[in-house]
Amino acid sequence: MNTIAPFFSFTNASRISWASVPVFSVTKLVRLTDEMLESGARLCSWFGVPDHDGTILVAVLALDSESILGVARSEPISGSYPSLTPKHPQAHLFEREVWEQHGLVPVGHPWLKPVRHTFENAPANAPFFLVEGGEMHEVAVGPVHAGVIEPGHFRFQCAGEEVLHLEIALGYQHRGIEEALPGGPYPATMSQMEALAGDTSIAHATAYASVMEALAGMEAPLRAQWLRAIALELERLANHTGDMGALAMDVAFLPTSAACGKIRGDFLNLTALMCGNRFGRGLIRPGGCRHDLEEERLITLTERLKAHMADVEQAMAWFWDAASVRVRFRNVGVVHPSQATDIGLVGPAARACGLVRDVRFDHPAGWHRFSHSPVAVWPSGDIFARARVRSLEIQRSGRYLFDQLAAPVDGDITAVLSAPQPESMTVALVEGWRGEVCHVALTDHFGRFRSYKITDPSFHNWTGLALSLRGTAVSDFPICNKSFNLSYCGFDL
Amino acid sequence: MYIFDTILNRMRRGCQTIPYPKGPAPALPDRHGGALRLDASLCPEGCAQCQGVCPTRAITLEPGRGARLDLGRCLFCGDCVAACPHGAITETNDHRLATRRREDLILGETGAEELRLAAALDKKMKSLLGRSLRLRQVSAGGCGACEADINVLGTIGWDLGRFGIQYVASPRHADGVLITGPVTKGMELALQKTWAAVPEPRIAIALGSCAISGGPFIGHSQHNGGADPIIPIDLYIPGCPPHPLTILDGFLRLLGRLPKHNL
Repeated sequence: MNTIAPFFSFTNASRISWASVPVFSVTKLVRLTDEMLESGARLCSWFGVPDHDGTILVAVLALDSESILGVARSEPISGSYPSLTPKHPQAHLFEREVWEQHGLVPVGHPWLKPVRHTFENAPANAPFFLVEGGEMHEVAVGPVHAGVIEPGHFRFQCAGEEVLHLEIALGYQHRGIEEALPGGPYPATMSQMEALAGDTSIAHATAYASVMEALAGMEAPLRAQWLRAIALELERLANHTGDMGALAMDVAFLPTSAACGKIRGDFLNLTALMCGNRFGRGLIRPGGCRHDLEEERLITLTERLKAHMADVEQAMAWFWDAASVRVRFRNVGVVHPSQATDIGLVGPAARACGLVRDVRFDHPAGWHRFSHSPVAVWPSGDIFARARVRSLEIQRSGRYLFDQLAAPVDGDITAVLSAPQPESMTVALVEGWRGEVCHVALTDHFGRFRSYKITDPSFHNWTGLALSLRGTAVSDFPICNKSFNLSYCGFDL
Repeated sequence: MYIFDTILNRMRRGCQTIPYPKGPAPALPDRHGGALRLDASLCPEGCAQCQGVCPTRAITLEPGRGARLDLGRCLFCGDCVAACPHGAITETNDHRLATRRREDLILGETGAEELRLAAALDKKMKSLLGRSLRLRQVSAGGCGACEADINVLGTIGWDLGRFGIQYVASPRHADGVLITGPVTKGMELALQKTWAAVPEPRIAIALGSCAISGGPFIGHSQHNGGADPIIPIDLYIPGCPPHPLTILDGFLRLLGRLPKHNL
């Protein structure tokens, strides 16, 4: 277990004491992080913790092949530190965020600008990168988009139809969730976690519940963990199916689009069957789950799931049978595997570049310690690969669910949660349907949150969308965008 | 190959659109609970069980009178129903939740145990919008769940198009705006500009607890606490997020398109 030394190594959703996190000078922390990233680790989180007059930088790394996480921190600093970004682009947004929140300047950062803070009544996200020249033109889209979706701003630098560069500026949905957490948890905290990203309610709620349980030094009962795993796969099924429908719509393949729109609703209704809410709100609570899946309900769920899986399989068969669809997706919106590694892609977008990254498999916690489904990977990095990975995951989630539903676990669904322990830290990773959801909590002397850092998979992956557009026609943007379907609110927090 | 498959399946499936509103409303999921009812006359002096469990402080207690529950702030988590020892707060399993005035969402007083459902638009507006309503949706913060269930209404199961209601891309094509989210500071200017671009006469609908009050994010300084302070609202549809049936009921109620048996 010392493969990550001198970082402190620990496993997903376990509690460590803040005192055991090694302290380095900031230059040494940056150097060590650089070395770890060079040797194959991934940057899960990089954030600042206010400490007296300065800020402590904390690095959380994942070593996927070893199933361990590593953490180290700097001495309290102010002013500036050498930037990681020039060598490791996966750090670029983290460093911008730390600069925005704590005023620490990463020296050498190529594009230091606000991430989500506003100036008066709009985000302070300009100026934009500009490509100059007689043949160049600029396309600005958003924040209010054409469809019923969340707000963000896209700035394309184009030569004719070809996109040379796309800059994505977010921050429109910033509701101040992270800032509200120190001193907590508060009565509204659980609801806020469920509304971090509406379509990822289960994953974020599970991560938060795991954090609270780890800090209390306990686990949710096994049956609750089993229920959470079921809800997580239902969430994946609903969203992947919806996105496959949206992709079908954007290549004008209407049978699959119409069918998937409805089947997505059917999957959401299965979540509602479990807890009353189509997005799974009110199901997960620290210490367990609020609703059980009694035998009769389980039978209904299984029967309905069988019918919906048959429907979605049919809709996918039409889709993949059509040469017109396949040709539209191939070699469009390519992210190369080396780029994917550099920018730290996670989730289906990473797996579509041939990277075998899946928290359920690499860093199993909760129910995933006892049951796995195969990781779906496709190598080509294009829209075809991203759609294919989603489609494979639909099949595998279905099979996983049938296995789980056939072998229910007995026992309670809630346990009494003790108070969080003081001066502790924990990291909870959950594989949401978009990828790695990362929650890091740090408690103060009284066991209240001293700091709480949330990283939605979209935080890593928006850069992937920007890169996928390079050299592509601007008219391919909708299908590129749908193939990622990233979260604005999960990013903006 | 797929052409024959598709046609065959299409024939086998028939029409998948729900018969509502001509037929009866489909049942809500049994754990959904629907609208709440609060009879404050059942609240004994000094009892504050419900207030302590509410995540958004939707329940207020003032000395000398019973509890007041603001469904505009409510997330419908049901914790207060479970916590109330006197049966004062109950679930009605009713999907109908839309109101025309903000104060119609406040429950508790005698005669106001339940919310006061929305009345239809006046005759002139109804004749203008009743058969063709184009909405520009503005997502102004929030979490995307309301947007997801707004989109669901466009699928074959609900087929919103059959009522002449449509979401459009440009505010210039719209008869009104449909707002979700607490109107973050980042979206304030965008919402104002969108609203200004909608030609009059126009309507505004606030959908979801965020757009009505700030929802789970009540008290944060990064938003305006709903759409109310920015533009005048004609219809409030509470929920976190509201069920598609609740949203559809709200739209049809406002346009006076609900048949009598479904009012």
